[in-house]
Amino acid sequence: MARSIALIYAHPYPDRSRAGRVLLDCVRDMPGVEVRSLYDLYPDFAIDVEAERAALARADVVVWQSPFYWYGMPSLLHLWIEKVLAHGWAYGVGGTNVHGKTALWATTTGALESAYAPGEMHGHPFDAFVPAISQTAIFCGMKWVEPFVLHGAHRVDADALDAAAEGYRRRLEALLADEPLPPSHGGPPDA
Amino acid sequence: MPEHNLLFEVMVYLGAAVVFVPLATRFKLGSVLGYLIAGCAIGPWGLRLVRDVDAILHFAEFGVVLMLFIIGLELDPKRLLEMRRPIFLGGSLQMFVCGVLLAVGGFALGLPWKGALVGGFALALSSTAIAVQTMRERGVAGAPTGTTAFAVLLFQDIAAIPLIAVVPLLAAGAGGHGGGGWLGAARVAGAIAAVVVVGRYLTRPILRMVARTGLREAFTAFALLLVVGIAQIMAAAGVSMALGAFLAGVLLASSEYRHALETDIEPFKGLLMGLFFIAVGMSIDFGLVASRPLVIVALVVGLLAIKLLALRAIGKPLGVAPGDRWLFAALLAQGGEFAFVVFGVAGEAHLLPGAWDALLTLVVALSMALTPFLLLAYDQLLRLARRRGSSRPDDVVEDEGAPVVIAGFGRFGQIVGRYLFASGIRATVLDHDADQIDLLRKFGFRVFYGDATRLDLLRAAGAEHAKLLVLAIDDPDASVRLAEVARQHFPKLRVIARARNVSHWVALRKRGVDAVERETFESALRSGRAALVSLGVGAYEARERADRFRRHNLANLEELMPHFEDEADRFSRARAGREQLEAQIAADRAELDRSIGGSWSAERDHEPKGERAPAESDPAHEDRA
Repeated sequence: MARSIALIYAHPYPDRSRAGRVLLDCVRDMPGVEVRSLYDLYPDFAIDVEAERAALARADVVVWQSPFYWYGMPSLLHLWIEKVLAHGWAYGVGGTNVHGKTALWATTTGALESAYAPGEMHGHPFDAFVPAISQTAIFCGMKWVEPFVLHGAHRVDADALDAAAEGYRRRLEALLADEPLPPSHGGPPDA
Repeated sequence: MPEHNLLFEVMVYLGAAVVFVPLATRFKLGSVLGYLIAGCAIGPWGLRLVRDVDAILHFAEFGVVLMLFIIGLELDPKRLLEMRRPIFLGGSLQMFVCGVLLAVGGFALGLPWKGALVGGFALALSSTAIAVQTMRERGVAGAPTGTTAFAVLLFQDIAAIPLIAVVPLLAAGAGGHGGGGWLGAARVAGAIAAVVVVGRYLTRPILRMVARTGLREAFTAFALLLVVGIAQIMAAAGVSMALGAFLAGVLLASSEYRHALETDIEPFKGLLMGLFFIAVGMSIDFGLVASRPLVIVALVVGLLAIKLLALRAIGKPLGVAPGDRWLFAALLAQGGEFAFVVFGVAGEAHLLPGAWDALLTLVVALSMALTPFLLLAYDQLLRLARRRGSSRPDDVVEDEGAPVVIAGFGRFGQIVGRYLFASGIRATVLDHDADQIDLLRKFGFRVFYGDATRLDLLRAAGAEHAKLLVLAIDDPDASVRLAEVARQHFPKLRVIARARNVSHWVALRKRGVDAVERETFESALRSGRAALVSLGVGAYEARERADRFRRHNLANLEELMPHFEDEADRFSRARAGREQLEAQIAADRAELDRSIGGSWSAERDHEPKGERAPAESDPAHEDRA
């Protein structure tokens, strides 16, 4: 059977997102990809847990796509994790529903990669912020793959953005085909 | 030949219009050409069903009066003031350039200089009737080009008055009429003052009074009386009736009865305008065409060529977009209805020698008839130009109306309207409570009086161009009726509706309205939340329970909808309401049973934190997930 992806998209103002929207538009029509835009579906934060779980049950791969907010995910995506990946369903006794599924985190940062270093604006390398998320997936028995990160989303030019979106699409294609992943796109070279 | 009586003639006109106008629109020729052809067909040179063409033409000119009144209604004084530059500068430039060129042409053809001057300026006028009707049909009336063209037409209506007045003076030789001129000016000023008083101070209280009676015919009668009366005042002073009606329209443009007036006058305007075009068609003297075909063709072509080129050239100083200048020229190139009057007066005054007055009248009528063809030619050329790749961006059509129409501005519609207003979104509001309207207008809302379920009123309120209809009427029957009208006539208009109860909700959903909100559901749910919180349930948990209740309730309604009957009368609706309530309570109970056995309420008190092995490593910061 063909593999499928549940793409959980979380941007509070999808219309105003620049990079995120280009990335999403590049993959939204791929066969096998089901996009769930959380802020459109649940503007009141009243997540329909059953509908979300049904979408996960249908998918082999879960992609969380969001901008990088306060060193993590936007609040609704965080709430989604609390509600959907709950005890007894995603972990704990009988919580095996996402076991074996692949998890990809795709995120865009405003700052350049160079800002993520000791002594720089954000004090730590970007990798230091990943474990809280990767461990969430691993705790639920999911297969964690290297995140897709686009740095400098505010200043990346249109060509570079298109190239990044193309890279994103290739990654999802590889995930659908269950092939080894091409490397993540690192964003524009630092000035 | 049959006996000619009034009803017979009415039958002939209506019959001709019904036959030819749909045919013409079918072949995309526009309704104007349809009427003109109908006129040719029934006129003295066709089936000879109608004889007294001049009388008909004179009567049908009242259609132009009504049209100017409606145009006035759409232009409030503020917008008119913004247009003063294009009206006075643009209009006088157009009259001067076209008038002088045409006068020179006339002089070259051997007219005496006085006749050439009068003839030239009379031919410089364009037909407001044809140009405005064409602009509306093509949807350019609200676009910048349409606005400029309209400004020019408005100036022509003003300029026609001195033009007609000057003819006897020219004929009598120089001067000598000073005293009469002063008296005339005083009469004009008096008439305008009378129109301002009537339009500004008398009409609104009377309209309010008439509206309160709730009798539609009375309202319609008063609307017509208003325009006819104003036309009479102006006619008595020797001023253009159309201009007076326009002025009255402008004065009423900001009134709450604007849409109701527009709706009531519109059908009369449409019919009389049709009659006017038919009369123009009938007045084409094919005998004269047959006797001097070459001269006439040369004159028509000459007139159109001079006006087209002149209008094209002045398009730039008038600020017409480069891609639209030929359109602008084609819209205004024809001769106007005032020219008939001027030639008539000039013929009587012997300013135009020989058959020139009849000849020029015919040329103007033919130039009117050619307007639709000029526009078709314009479309063809544009298509060719586009195919060659010289693309131009589409005009941003300035929407004449607001993007939202709110029907019903009572307790419900008000909140929606205020919320939209606070978000900077304009809405046109329709309500039928005259007292309510007065109150709301004091606070600056754009509220209009009328029965929102009427198609014509919806149209006048801009439902065709609006994106959204907020259906907030409290009477379920009227609401359902409006939903039907909207779906049938404005399929692109998205409807957001208020439902009084589940029966009403079902009725609306079954008519294809997908965004229906029960008027008390959300507020009742909030009270339910407040009740839970008062009983000690956490505020956030109470909200989540309310979310859950809402979701299940909606899912239930959707599931049960096919079984709910769409009851027509109130009595069986009440019965259906009880059945629906029963079904819903049963569903609520099933949900409660399921959730106690499942994940939420019962789980609250099991296993405090840390008692169970997995909880120790539980990443969720709660005793339950």
